[in-house]
Amino acid sequence: MSSIPAPLQPLQAIGRSFLNIVRTTGAVAVFAGRAVLAVALPPWFPGQFARQLIGVGYLSLPVVGLTAAFTGAALALNIYTGGGRFNAEQIMPQIVALGITRELGPVLAALMLAGRVSAAFAAEIGAMRATEQIDALHTLSTDPFRYLIAPRLAAAVLVLPLLTVVADIIGIAGGWVVATRTLDFNATVYIRNTWDFLQSWDVVSGLIKAAVFGAIIALMGCYHGFNSSGGARGVGRATTNAVVSAAILIFAGDYLLTTVFTHT
Amino acid sequence: MSEAPPKLEWRSVAKRFDGPPVLRSVNLSVAAGHSLVIMGGSGEGKSVMIKIAAGLMPLDSGQILIDGQDVAAMPARERRRLPARFGMLFQGGALFDSLSVWENVAFRLINADGVTRRQAKLRALEALDRVRISREVAEFYPSELSGGMQKRVGLARAMVANPEIIFFDEPTAGLDPVTGRAINALIREQVKSLGCTAVSITHDLNSARHIGDEIAMLSGGVIVWRGAAADIDHSGNAMVDQFVHGDP
Ligand SMILES: Nc1ncnc2c1ncn2[C@@H]1O[C@H](COP(=O)(O)OP(=O)(O)OP(=O)(O)O)[C@@H](O)[C@H]1O
Ligand SMILES: [Mg+2]
Repeated sequence: MSSIPAPLQPLQAIGRSFLNIVRTTGAVAVFAGRAVLAVALPPWFPGQFARQLIGVGYLSLPVVGLTAAFTGAALALNIYTGGGRFNAEQIMPQIVALGITRELGPVLAALMLAGRVSAAFAAEIGAMRATEQIDALHTLSTDPFRYLIAPRLAAAVLVLPLLTVVADIIGIAGGWVVATRTLDFNATVYIRNTWDFLQSWDVVSGLIKAAVFGAIIALMGCYHGFNSSGGARGVGRATTNAVVSAAILIFAGDYLLTTVFTHT
Repeated sequence: MSEAPPKLEWRSVAKRFDGPPVLRSVNLSVAAGHSLVIMGGSGEGKSVMIKIAAGLMPLDSGQILIDGQDVAAMPARERRRLPARFGMLFQGGALFDSLSVWENVAFRLINADGVTRRQAKLRALEALDRVRISREVAEFYPSELSGGMQKRVGLARAMVANPEIIFFDEPTAGLDPVTGRAINALIREQVKSLGCTAVSITHDLNSARHIGDEIAMLSGGVIVWRGAAADIDHSGNAMVDQFVHGDP
């Protein structure tokens, strides 16, 4: 199609990538719709769901816990320094608690799971596509959306809020350890200040975010794996795309949800 | 000849991926209770043909008819029930690597047919016995098996639920001659004693003669010859002769 005059060719490129974005968005939306239907309607596969709960949730505990502990500790030090410039060091426990529950708990847990779980979903389902196991499911009268995707989506949506609760607690504990060991905070006062200050919405809004992030993680992993092609290289590409797109959507979704939450 | 329509029919089926068409216009049918063998060079589109028939791949134009009914024109409910009437042995086995050998074979019984795990395991072990896979091996995972063993497990999985139509994509490739003959006999028996319809792909002429009532030759995207298995040696078709004699 070189009949388009040279000065207009950038427009063509822009148009093409715009169409690509629209097409992909549509495909992801259809995929998500089918996945949600498969979660909502029987037949269900409880065995697969249990397997995913363990894989997504239990095995993610160490990595989520460690990230939360270190981030809570670092956050405490930074806010202490910043607060010191206004002689407001004492407000540190409250700000740490707010930052963790509303923002860092869900986002960090989600990012860790984007790396661990989205990648694993894309690789596993992509390998199944490459070796015709997904075709085999069809010939065995089993809908891959019900057998493969629904259990993963349900597990991720359920597990991420639970992991976020853990991240919240461990993150705040991380700040507490730093505050009481290296700064001169009183251990009980710190906890009381945190507890009195936090409102239930701070925690709940974080958990809602987490559930949405869980859906993003599962859908990106499954979508890219399910639609992969081209053997082992295709699986590698699917894995990368799953992690990158999940991470970007988590950040974008976080901003959107935060905007909505602060206006309500 | 009876008036019954063929069990399965490809009617002017065409399919292309990027590049030249793989199938131009395939016309072929197999009667109920018969065994059809498709032969043809590597990359001619044999696997594509049976994947289209099994509903795993969309076709560009043409029709697939089951019992004389156009699949595309079937009501959605009936079309959804079609896979339950098929069995398929994939060229690469396509075993589920997260499940043990017997769970692979019992998969459809447990997950789609609502058979209890105990019952399903018994039936799976029986099916594995027929493809000469022992009970110890039934507890292994597919990654622990040789290629030929995986193929036989795939065969057991395709046949365990006694489907109406079974597709075998190179059932004896990679097997030693003794096991290969046993598998040929098994496919033969499945057709003769259970009355199912079989469509097999093979490169092995002996195998084709043994399991096929009829043989069809796919070349250049069309069926260039089709006849009784007994006529393969004097087909009068240059392309078939070339295949039979292995001339380059
Ligand atoms: N999913 C696919 N995407 C793109 N091209 C494909 C796909 N499946 C098959 N093809 C192409 O279609 C052609 C026929 O492939 P097919 O697997 O049917 O060959 P075959 O006759 O079974 O060969 P063999 O005897 O080697 O198994 C090949 O050129 C292959 O590249
Ligand atoms: Mg093939």
